[in-house]
Amino acid sequence: MSKSLLKVNNIEVVYNHVILALRGVTLDVEEGKVVSLLGANGSGKTTTLKACSNLLHAERGAITKGSIEYNENDISKTDAYNLVKDGVVQVLEGRHCFSHLTVEENIMTGSFIRENPKEAKQDLERVYDHFERIRIRKKSLAGFTSGGEQQMIAMGRALMSRPKLILLDEPSMGLAPQLVEEIFAIVKNLNKEGVSFLIAEQNAMVALKYADDGYIIENGRVILKGKAKELLERPDVKEMYLGVGAEGKTSFRDIKYYHRRKPSFS
Amino acid sequence: MDWVYLIEVLVGGLMSGVMYSLVAIGFVLIYKSSGIFNFAQGTMLLFASLTFVKMTENGIDFWTSLFIAAGIMVIFGIATERYVIRPLANQDLLALFMATVGLATFQEGFSQFVWDSDVHGLQMSKFLDIGLLDPAPIFMSDHIPWLDILIPKFDIFASLVAGSLIVVLAFFFQKTKTGLSLRAVSDDHMAAMAVGIPLQTVWAVVWAVTGVIALVAGLLWAERVSVSFTLIEAVMKALPVILIGGLTSIPGAIVGGLVIGVGEKLGEIYLADVFGGQGIELWFAYFMALIFLIFRPQGMFGEKLIERV
Repeated sequence: MSKSLLKVNNIEVVYNHVILALRGVTLDVEEGKVVSLLGANGSGKTTTLKACSNLLHAERGAITKGSIEYNENDISKTDAYNLVKDGVVQVLEGRHCFSHLTVEENIMTGSFIRENPKEAKQDLERVYDHFERIRIRKKSLAGFTSGGEQQMIAMGRALMSRPKLILLDEPSMGLAPQLVEEIFAIVKNLNKEGVSFLIAEQNAMVALKYADDGYIIENGRVILKGKAKELLERPDVKEMYLGVGAEGKTSFRDIKYYHRRKPSFS
Repeated sequence: MDWVYLIEVLVGGLMSGVMYSLVAIGFVLIYKSSGIFNFAQGTMLLFASLTFVKMTENGIDFWTSLFIAAGIMVIFGIATERYVIRPLANQDLLALFMATVGLATFQEGFSQFVWDSDVHGLQMSKFLDIGLLDPAPIFMSDHIPWLDILIPKFDIFASLVAGSLIVVLAFFFQKTKTGLSLRAVSDDHMAAMAVGIPLQTVWAVVWAVTGVIALVAGLLWAERVSVSFTLIEAVMKALPVILIGGLTSIPGAIVGGLVIGVGEKLGEIYLADVFGGQGIELWFAYFMALIFLIFRPQGMFGEKLIERV
């Protein structure tokens, strides 16, 4: 078993001092793996990622229990700037490109933590190699690019800091299926270069197809975890998240049996 | 119609417009990067120029005073970010606005406490002997004859200073790494944080730069209206400028300033009779801003929402 890169230990997150968003999320990203975090709207995927990248306080959220370890150091108090320096970077849900900056400027913002401008230039080329589609658009304003291009800009921007772990939030949002496949293929390529991924996704089919491990989260709790391949085979996961019922119509009560079981690790 | 006179009025308007632009840029910088309307802009001008004047009055020479005053403004800007803005980050914008109102009050009292509340004359011409500036009083008396148009030398000097400051700022914003991160922050706080741009550092830079601009603008204004509380009122003229130019645009602040400068001079001379007598210069700028608010609330160059269809 390879070394654990990111370890989330039973964290609880509260927004505005009252709204309990996560009630005990535990997960583990091993070095060099792609891990998918699946769940419906409002189940806590984004909150989990923002807890890892320490962007919660910008939305008046706070981790009230548990700990997050990265490379065996507690990072729940490290600010976003130092996290990016250490190699943890988040690609936000909905891309969040700087719409009034050009594509190239957008990507260059990701190199803020880098000291050496020469290296940054090399990395820019590397980004363009991965995302050929945005090379030809580098002079246009990011606000006018398509959704898929914006996703690539956001990912390219994150790559500029030479991360070890990318927290990728909903890369498939609002994209055509073909583009989704393209994005995930790039994820896989980057993964081969040694970047680990924690991906929050609603599109479970694609996310599991490209992932090594999977976690399913509901109401702020991890309710299921396992190897991505095994999860894909489970009838309950198939029914709830993949939309392929095994044997005709099943009663809702029968499918959700895993809810009544206590997760083994909480 | 007297064409020479008209051109003189136009040029005079443009030149006072540059001065408005300079003040307006201070507002725009802070608004762009943090979404705060900085009510303390006027008192920053006062504090900066008062600091400068008191030092020269105590016998420190021009360039040293200028340098020290700029340094104090930078420290002041960084302290403002650290002790006023940072504790309120991610709070309601109205809370931040109120904080700048408090900052203005503090700064007004502080400058009286440290220095004094007298009216000081500022005669840069005493220090700057560069030919353009003859001994005081320098404006409206000593003109250069050029095509028979009379332009006060101080106006030329002021617009050169303001103009070059604007060019430096533009370069800083477009070509440097810090400038790029400033623009990124003004576009999307959350994304800027996510890619590792430290918001606090960027804000500190913005406040420091604004402090230095306040010093330059303060000195140029003080040369005309003396260093006193009237300076704060001079800043109020920048409000219609940013309404017309757009709160989020530096080119807007420049063009807005020119429009206001020319507009009020032309209004004073050609429209005074329509509006019943002299003195419309005092309110004509606000009137123009009102028109803009009705027909184009984001101003000429205000942030257009880029929306994909």
